[in-house]
Amino acid sequence: MTKPSTYLIKGASLLGEREADILIRDGLIAEVGADVSSPEADIIDAKGLIALPGLVDLHTHLREPGLEDAETVETGSRAAALGGYTAVFAMANSNPVADTAGVVEQVYELGRKSGWTEVQPIGAVTAGLAGERLSEIGAMAESRAKVRVFSDDGMCVWDPALMRRALEYVKTFNGVVAQHAQEPRLTEGAQMNEGKVSAELGLAGWPAVAEESIIARDVLLAEHVGSRLHICHLSTKGSVEIVRWAKERGIDVTAEATPHHLLLTDELVRTYDPVYKVNPPLRTEEDVMALRQAIADGIIDIIGTDHAPHPTESKDCEWACAANGMTGLEQALSIVQKTLVDTGLISWADVARIMSAKPAEIGLATGQGRPLEAGEPANLVLVDPAATRTIDPQAQATKGKNNPYRGLEVPGAVMATFYGGHPVVKDGKLTTPVTHVGN
Amino acid sequence: MRHLLDTKDLSLADALNILDTADYMGEIGQREVKKLPVLQGRTVVNLFFEDSTRTRLSFEAAEKRLSADIINFSAKGSSVSKGESLKDTAQTLAAINADAVVIRHGASGAPQRLAEAGWIDVPVLNAGDGTHAHPTQALLDAMTLRQFRAQTTGAETRGLTLEGMRVAIVGDILHSRVARSNLWLLTTLGAQVKFVAPPTLLPVETEDWPCEIFYNFDEAIESGVDAVMMLRIQKERMHNAFFPSSEEYSRLWGLTPERFARLDAADHETAVLHPGPMNRGLEISAEAADSDRSWVLRQVTNGVSVRMAALYLLMTGGKSADFYPGA
Ligand SMILES: [Zn+2]
Repeated sequence: MTKPSTYLIKGASLLGEREADILIRDGLIAEVGADVSSPEADIIDAKGLIALPGLVDLHTHLREPGLEDAETVETGSRAAALGGYTAVFAMANSNPVADTAGVVEQVYELGRKSGWTEVQPIGAVTAGLAGERLSEIGAMAESRAKVRVFSDDGMCVWDPALMRRALEYVKTFNGVVAQHAQEPRLTEGAQMNEGKVSAELGLAGWPAVAEESIIARDVLLAEHVGSRLHICHLSTKGSVEIVRWAKERGIDVTAEATPHHLLLTDELVRTYDPVYKVNPPLRTEEDVMALRQAIADGIIDIIGTDHAPHPTESKDCEWACAANGMTGLEQALSIVQKTLVDTGLISWADVARIMSAKPAEIGLATGQGRPLEAGEPANLVLVDPAATRTIDPQAQATKGKNNPYRGLEVPGAVMATFYGGHPVVKDGKLTTPVTHVGN
Repeated sequence: MRHLLDTKDLSLADALNILDTADYMGEIGQREVKKLPVLQGRTVVNLFFEDSTRTRLSFEAAEKRLSADIINFSAKGSSVSKGESLKDTAQTLAAINADAVVIRHGASGAPQRLAEAGWIDVPVLNAGDGTHAHPTQALLDAMTLRQFRAQTTGAETRGLTLEGMRVAIVGDILHSRVARSNLWLLTTLGAQVKFVAPPTLLPVETEDWPCEIFYNFDEAIESGVDAVMMLRIQKERMHNAFFPSSEEYSRLWGLTPERFARLDAADHETAVLHPGPMNRGLEISAEAADSDRSWVLRQVTNGVSVRMAALYLLMTGGKSADFYPGA
């Protein structure tokens, strides 16, 4: 790093549990305690703010290379920093697909250059996401990007034999396969959750069983070959039951939920406004409540944003031809606070677990998701839980204006994000990125 | 009423207002000079993203009888593949000062999107969208059923509801915008709707729908029906395993000569409707289609009347009482 500086955070509430000062020096947390003083430090008054380890998103679409009209590593990283994320895992469905060492190194380098957050590329499971043969998994794992998470997200690794091989093969590198669980034949032409609303709207349905049947199959495969498996954006009550069963059985599976699946339901599709079109689709109130409870129960391990920016024209059309996906990096923490913390289901310490420690552990992001203790890398975020703000998609850092929360008043605001000891966000605004030196 | 997008949000008063106006428009259609000058100088655009000669002809006839200027825009093939076209087209229509848009689209919800996305600010009339809604079809069916009731009871059609009328709608409910729009409208008018279909051609969650559901056509007939509406079945559905063969479909869910004979033998009169075009010998036998129980041609005539009524009401802000002074 250039310009290593010293910062003293005064009076933050660590994980919402106890008040302390945090001294940051040379990219590390130097000291945590009461009445820390440091004459050379920049003082940050954190009265009333909660300090959490920097957030880690295991599921981000940064769109670069190839889809720069939707997002770039630079714009997506800015959004991440504003959302309190000190690391994001970039999904592989770029163009070209991140299925070779060359592409993942390119994304990794772009992340380092932009310096707002750590960008860790995810590698495709299959070449071109085509679901036919394995991608260059070893080459990506051994590249400078050190890929450990492999996913065909957007596409399901549907072929059971191929999925089995992928689960086995990534063990070489202690990798994990993150599955987008969607049975393709059951979801041909699917436009929204299959249920009461789709019946009325005349939109082809995406049945819950299309997700659940793949999850059921994959936990059994993971058990059979002794691999670890991660389920992306679990969205149904039935999926929760299957993951619960698998965990009780001792299967090495982790599960993720998105913020939007914790708040929004398919009733919103009645507007036919494609801002609500997403894959997996918005489900029912019953599913939403089951996901929230599953997080409280530890069945769902992490929050992944599935931040999916799109150019305006991809949503400014009729429902059927609109793209799937919604942005969310800049609201994720607020939605989690609204749906899980303010409802009394989880504590801020739990937030640190599901949004930082656990995703870092699944993705093997060393230096992320660490406790707020002396000697740890200074990746942390300061949140004002008492703030309220109204979401304005036009005011966001992401290029994607496809934000389903527009106009919604949400609790909580990220006031500062320290990435590698540097405040990339201060007073709720971007400052300067980290400048990496060397390689 | 700002737009006509669906029948679900029509109140009983709205529905009667349209139907009573349509009755008057029907009288115009009987005259030697079939024109009203009410839309003179106003421009109606017929925006057809999906082929439908019958519906377009019906709308055109309605617009001409109301003396409107007509622009036909056929954008077949540009629908789902090129998403921007709907917005671009809408903005073009706004720029040429269209006064109303009639839209037919293969994508469910496209008319609502056109009405609500802020691209254009004129009344939008849904002429059928995907598998969602087809409000003017439901209105013409309701108009026909009112005439049927008037004929059998001797009542006047104006102000008449369908209270207590048992209407079976038979066939591909899953993919039918006609079935959906009829469900809401006929229920609002007081009718009892009975859907008859194989389970593969019904949506999965219909518990909240205000209708009775039968898998067995004969049981539906035995339960008592005053009208049967046969939906067109697409033969391609059998390739997606919705049913094994067209022969089997016809045998189990078609209005075969035997079933028709049973309806005919009932102690009350039964009307046979079909939104057209009919597959004679598949969902409906020629005997039924061409019998004097068949109201199919009256449906076509009524189609022009309800479309005149809808255009008049949306574009002038008028009401049925305009035509029935003192009523
Ligand atoms: Zn996905």
